[in-house]
Amino acid sequence: MPTLTHYLILSAVLFAIGTAGVFLRRNVITILLSIEIMLNAVNLTFVAFGRALGSVDGQIIVFFVMTVAAAEAAVGLAIVITLFRHRESLNPEAFTMLKW
Amino acid sequence: MNQAVVAEVVILVAVFHALLLSAAAMVWVERKVAAWLQQRHGPTLVGYAGLLQPFADIIKLIFKEELRPAAADKWLFYLAPAISAACSFAAFAVVPFGAETTFFGLLDEPVKLQVADVNVAVLVIFAIGSMSVYGIVLAGWASNSKYSLLGALRSSAQMISYELSYGMALASVLVMANSMSLTEIVNAQDGAWFGFIPRWFIFVNPIGALIFMTAGVAETNRAPFDFPEAEQELVAGYHTEYSSMSFALFFQAEYVNMVTVSAVTTDLFLGGWHGPLIPESFGWIWFLVKTGFLLFFYVWMRWTLPRYRYDQLMAFGWKVLLPLSVVNLLLTSAWVIYFGF
Amino acid sequence: MGSEALLFWVFGLVTVVASLLVIAQRNPVYSVLLLIASFAGLSGLYVLLDAPFTAVTQIVVYAGAILVLFLFVVMLLNAPHEDTEEDIARLKTINAATARLRSGPLLFGALLAIVFVVELLWALRRITSAGRFDPDAADAVSSVSAIGRVLFTEYQFAFEVTSVLIIVAMVGAVVLARREPAGKKS
Repeated sequence: MPTLTHYLILSAVLFAIGTAGVFLRRNVITILLSIEIMLNAVNLTFVAFGRALGSVDGQIIVFFVMTVAAAEAAVGLAIVITLFRHRESLNPEAFTMLKW
Repeated sequence: MNQAVVAEVVILVAVFHALLLSAAAMVWVERKVAAWLQQRHGPTLVGYAGLLQPFADIIKLIFKEELRPAAADKWLFYLAPAISAACSFAAFAVVPFGAETTFFGLLDEPVKLQVADVNVAVLVIFAIGSMSVYGIVLAGWASNSKYSLLGALRSSAQMISYELSYGMALASVLVMANSMSLTEIVNAQDGAWFGFIPRWFIFVNPIGALIFMTAGVAETNRAPFDFPEAEQELVAGYHTEYSSMSFALFFQAEYVNMVTVSAVTTDLFLGGWHGPLIPESFGWIWFLVKTGFLLFFYVWMRWTLPRYRYDQLMAFGWKVLLPLSVVNLLLTSAWVIYFGF
Repeated sequence: MGSEALLFWVFGLVTVVASLLVIAQRNPVYSVLLLIASFAGLSGLYVLLDAPFTAVTQIVVYAGAILVLFLFVVMLLNAPHEDTEEDIARLKTINAATARLRSGPLLFGALLAIVFVVELLWALRRITSAGRFDPDAADAVSSVSAIGRVLFTEYQFAFEVTSVLIIVAMVGAVVLARREPAGKKS
């Protein structure tokens, strides 16, 4: 029987993978994807705690996180598109100057 | 072994094969109805009235050479038709097609005529529908061909746009039935008003039914919304580069999707297996009749209406269908709150 | 091992392995697809946690909407794979200074990773039965109507605010991504 601890450890592993992705990758889109992994790791924690406490609040927070993630993805990708138009590159280190 | 488990497995296998066969049957029906509407004969050579024609086609497709464009992405090229086919079958798993039955006393306890009874069935169908976009998008991208890519882009834009109205129409049914389980939605439509008008949701919420069916046609990429294929503009759209069995998978997915959408429409708006004259235990006959009628309607529409222009399709989806479905949802909710249902 | 434990390990493994591959992939299209697999695993875990509604919304919202957006952008930009020669050349010219700085943060990251692994091992050794879920509470959390009731009463304000947020994001995305009409000074 998996316990709350199992879910929390799994969520920690996922969060670490997401963080590693943000630090290691040099592609803006993969970095955004890694952020999604981190958000989902947190969602898992919320649902697991909600289940343990017998309350639906955890799932409702997840609902809000999802809407925020959708908004973030829309704006983030729009920024990626504009950046790509300027530089023809997705490498974040190509965007170090404030103006060009 | 447990009787109920055996019954479940039998239902599962039966539904799977019925869907496979229904795809073949729909190919035949489509060609016959088309011929009928155009005063032709259609297939006549293979079997009685060409009944075996789809099987001949399948055998031909199996023995054809499997071609893959040199620049295609190998993995995704073969993954795409698999996703399409899998999604088309998976959606039917939560659709109930008959009342609880003991198979004429064969079983001790009645089983539900349904592969999986989920309490969020309506959402599951919606989720699987949204996954089927991937099959088409990946097919278009992996083929590395401009016609495929254009077809895929059109199709995903179309499916995502119409998914909104589809969801809103679904929501209006949820509000009326006060449940997300398809079985409970069907049972909410049992009985009749004044003894002769069945309590189907299509009579209560005709606008919702209309929106749902229109969006359903767009979701399954059928004419008059068949932009992903649009022979005259895009050769064959997203499956231009596919041949042999991988093409057959797309072809089959299209027809199975049609069957699934018709079955869901029957459950949501046409009272599922409830109907006059036939006893409850034979309700699946009513279900088949209603689904068959909707399928005929689909084919009828395809051979009657011309294809829209792409900008007309998008304008219709966003400026007409979506506002209409939102207003419909609001009115339905208001009605349910103030008058009850 | 019960079937629930088995399912937990299967779904957990799918989620973790797919997430690892997401950040290990060079091709962004594959990354997006593997992320879908990872989210499918997560949605399975939500079902195990008696949260079918969240499981299905996970698929509808993430796989059905957000990742389609990602896939669209990746395909339309025809995004170059990482570490192409131009990228490396650019790194050498423009960012030689930041490249030299990398060794410091890298060391720090490795240290953090070691601490994290040690912490995980410590936590794994201390699993007790105290965290076991109460089977009687399953109905309370899996009911969709309960979620709806709480969402539209207690969290009503937050709900309205998110709808405003979505509109703002939508308008913002359109403004950011659209091209200036030709001839007009940007």
